[in-house]
Order: sequence, then C-alpha cells, then structure tokens
Amino acid sequence: MRRENIVTASLRGLGTATLNGLSHFGRFWTFSAYAMSFIPLELVSVRGWRRLLPQCFFIGTRSVPVIMLTGMFIGMVLIVQGWAQFDAANMADRLGAIVMISVCSELGPVLAGVMLAGRAGGALTAELGTMNVTEQLLALRSMGADPVRFLVTPRFLACLLLAPILTCYADLMGTLGAYVVYLGVYGGESEPYWFYVRQTVELWDLGSGLFKAFFFGGAIGLVSCYNGFHCKPGAQGVGQACTQSFVISFILILMLDLFLGFLLNGLYSVWFGFRSLI
Amino acid sequence: MTDSHHPIIELRRVTKSFGRQRVLDEIDLQIERGKTTVIMGRSGTGKSVLLKHIVGLLRPDKGEVYYEGLRIDRLNERALVPIRRQISFVFQLNALFDSMTVLENVAFPMTENSTGRIDRVKIHKLASQCLNMVGLAGFDHKRPAELSGGEKKRVAIARAIAMDPPPKVILYDEPTAGLDPQRSDVINKLIRQMQQRFNVTGVVVTHDMKCTVEVGDRVLMLFNGRFVADGTPQEILESDEPHVRRFVQGLAEPGDIITLTS
Repeated sequence: MRRENIVTASLRGLGTATLNGLSHFGRFWTFSAYAMSFIPLELVSVRGWRRLLPQCFFIGTRSVPVIMLTGMFIGMVLIVQGWAQFDAANMADRLGAIVMISVCSELGPVLAGVMLAGRAGGALTAELGTMNVTEQLLALRSMGADPVRFLVTPRFLACLLLAPILTCYADLMGTLGAYVVYLGVYGGESEPYWFYVRQTVELWDLGSGLFKAFFFGGAIGLVSCYNGFHCKPGAQGVGQACTQSFVISFILILMLDLFLGFLLNGLYSVWFGFRSLI
Repeated sequence: MTDSHHPIIELRRVTKSFGRQRVLDEIDLQIERGKTTVIMGRSGTGKSVLLKHIVGLLRPDKGEVYYEGLRIDRLNERALVPIRRQISFVFQLNALFDSMTVLENVAFPMTENSTGRIDRVKIHKLASQCLNMVGLAGFDHKRPAELSGGEKKRVAIARAIAMDPPPKVILYDEPTAGLDPQRSDVINKLIRQMQQRFNVTGVVVTHDMKCTVEVGDRVLMLFNGRFVADGTPQEILESDEPHVRRFVQGLAEPGDIITLTS
C-alpha cells in the first residue's frame, strides 16, 4: 500500500475538519431554531411554566451570589486601577461615572455572562450529557415526549430571561463596590461622585448592557444544551462536552460583545451624536 | 388494522450500518400478537439496534418497519407519537429520570400523553398501583439514585405498564443484565405476568439463557446481522445449528478465542 503524501494528508485532514465544523454549525442552527419554535407553546401552557420555573430557580436564583460577588470586585478594582491617573489629573470625582459606564455597558454583562456560562452552562451540559449517555433522552422520545421541547426550551428561556436580571445585580454591586473603595479607601467625596454619575451615566448605558446580556444568555443556553445533546459516550465524553460548552460560550460572548458594541455605538451616534465622558 | 391473525410488528429486509459495520443485514421478522418473542444473541450483534427500529428510535438504511400494518419507518417524530403511546420500552440502563421521584417517573408517560387538563390525583393513584404491582409499595417518594439495580428495573417495568389504556407492546432491552440470579428470576416472572395479565405483546432482547427459556414463547437467534435460528425455547435448546449450540452451551466462537502472547 502506497503511503500518503504529507501534503495530501494535511489537506485531507483540513478538509475533514472543515466539513465537520460546517456540519456542526448547520446542526447547531437547526437545533436552535427547533428549540425556539416551542417558545410560544411553552409560554401559554401550565406544563410549560412548570418546566420553566425550576430552571429559573437553578439558573437565576442560584447564580445571584456569585454574580454579585464578581460585580462587586470588578467595581472595586476599577477604582483601584483608575484612581492614581484621575487623581493626578485632578479629576478623581469623575472616576465613579467612568467606572459605572464601564460596568453597566461592558463589564457587567460580559462578566455576568461568563459566570453564568461557567456555573449554569457547565451544569446544563453535564445534566443533559448524562441524560444522553444513560438513554434518558431516548426514553423521553420513546414515551412520545419531545426531548428538545421538554428539556432545551425551558433551559434556553431561563438563560435568555435571567441573564439581563443577573446583569442588573452585577451592575448594582459593581457600582456599590466602586463607591465603597472610592469613599472608604481613597477618602473621596460623596456629593461630587454622584453628581458626575447623574450627569454622565445615561439610561442608554444601562439598557445597552441589558440588551447584550439578553443575547449572551441565549447563546449560553443554546450552546450548553446542544453540547449536552451531542456529547460522546462515557464520563470522558460528558467532561469534554462541559469544557467545550464553556469555551464556546466564552468565545461567543466576546464575539457578540464586539458586534453588539459596534451596532449600539453606531446607533447612539446616529440618534444622539457624540458624547464626551470627560 | 388490528386483525389478530396479522403480525402486530413486521420488519421487512431491514438493513442498518454504523460506518462500515453492517449491524443488521436484510432482517425479516414478524412479531405475533399477545406472545413474548425473545431475540437472543451475543453482545454487539445488533439486538438493541433491532429493538430501537420497532419504536422508531432508529431508522433503517434499507427495508421497511410496520406496526399494526402501518409503515412507520418513514414517519416523522410527531407522527410517531400515537404509535409510541401503544409501545413501551424498558431500557437496558433503565433510563429513569434522576430529577424525579419514583412516583413521578412512573406517572410520567401518563402525564405527558394526557391531553387537556391533567388529573394529577388520578394519574398518581394509577402510578402508585403500578408500583404496588411490581412490589414497590412505599417507594413513591424515593429518588432513582436511592434504589438498587433490581428495584430500578422494577420501576422501569412499572413505568412501562403505566399507561391508560395499557400498552399493546412492551420492548425489553436486556431486562436481567447486571442482576443476580434471584433478582433476574423476579424480573422474568414479572415479564411473564405482564403478558398474561394484560395480554401484552413482549419483545425481549437478551443474552441470558435462563431469561430466554422462562419468558419466551418464541426464540430467535441473531448472529452477524442475520437470524440463524427460530423456534420455541425447547427447539432452540435442542438445536443442531453450530452458533446456537455454542451460545446455549456458553462456548466461544472459534474466531473469538484469544491466546495470550508472551
């Protein structure tokens, strides 16, 4: 048997990987569209709410402490990093407003998304992956229940609806954390801090962050469920699916953040013109 | 079409491959109504694959699958739902839902398949009766993780019969796998009672000879994707067919024997 040329072998490997990637991409969107098609049915039925509410508790309520903690530390550290420069420029009073805009429009939603992907996304993939390898998904189908409607749609909806709410908690704690360090550690003055916050921070900043969080939540829900449904057999397969879930969710959050950032900044410029923060 | 003379399930020239491996090779099978048919064979010969074709969990590459005279291998998932409401499946790994209690697991097929307003009290009462039937009274609020292997299997069987009306067919995938001989005997007797009490058609795939003899009205042996024997348990036990004889006696096929190398 003739040995394959290294160039041919590399090209063949690349081709196979590309085809696999495209195939997964196509299957992911088909899976997502199918899961989304059940949303109206789930929202108007009592059974749908019975499935949704426990997921909201697990994905939302249980994630609140960790997301609040993350938000608080981010707010604190931003004051620590920015104080010296702003103080040297005699603009320390304005630091709170800059930090609040950063937290509300950028860091709050991104970090809430990352924490949600790590805490809830990994758990969703592990749960669905285990159900897959122990034939529970087949059992659902054999009993006439649609596993996507039964398992994916409620989890996707819970992620979609609760990511913005969790982001509010991250924003709130980020703002409070920043204020505590500004006041307690650096001895800043309270009145000018809030004056500049009121003057600079707009509802748009808060709204754009929540708008992004909505997309991040949806992406986390779909990626986690897709990986759980398509994981390889065995404990190793479930483990790999969980890792893959987190990595893909994380990259998607950053990519979505970039594109939504372009979109929202463009819209702001068109509607309100240029805004100076200093 | 529910003519009692016609087979309830029929497979015609069903072929299924995974990659390059042909698991089922032009299989023809007719399952008789109200009887228990056992498909035996060694591990990895496609017994479970065959069972999954009957309920539409797998689709054949070639060939046709019929249930009550209706061709089902081309039906979509939605169209298969009414068929699946008549066929129960007891999975090899039991496939009990970990997040639910035993009672909720057993009630699940009724809850999921009821239309309109769900009468939970009635459904839970029926589910409780099914658990009593398999000797698991008082297990209602336990979780599957708290049960032994034999208890899980009995819950899976209770779930299989927990339908209103009861299922016409129950498919058992390795019902005694992983159980000790005494627990296996309990399961075998339960399978027999299911058939006698509900006149349910049973299809059992197994490699357990004791199970084959105890529950089967008819036995087929699957070997390399084809049936090599078909008869009553007694005929199978006395068969001269070499693969059957080796299987019954628990002897390895000549090609399977591994010699340790130094």
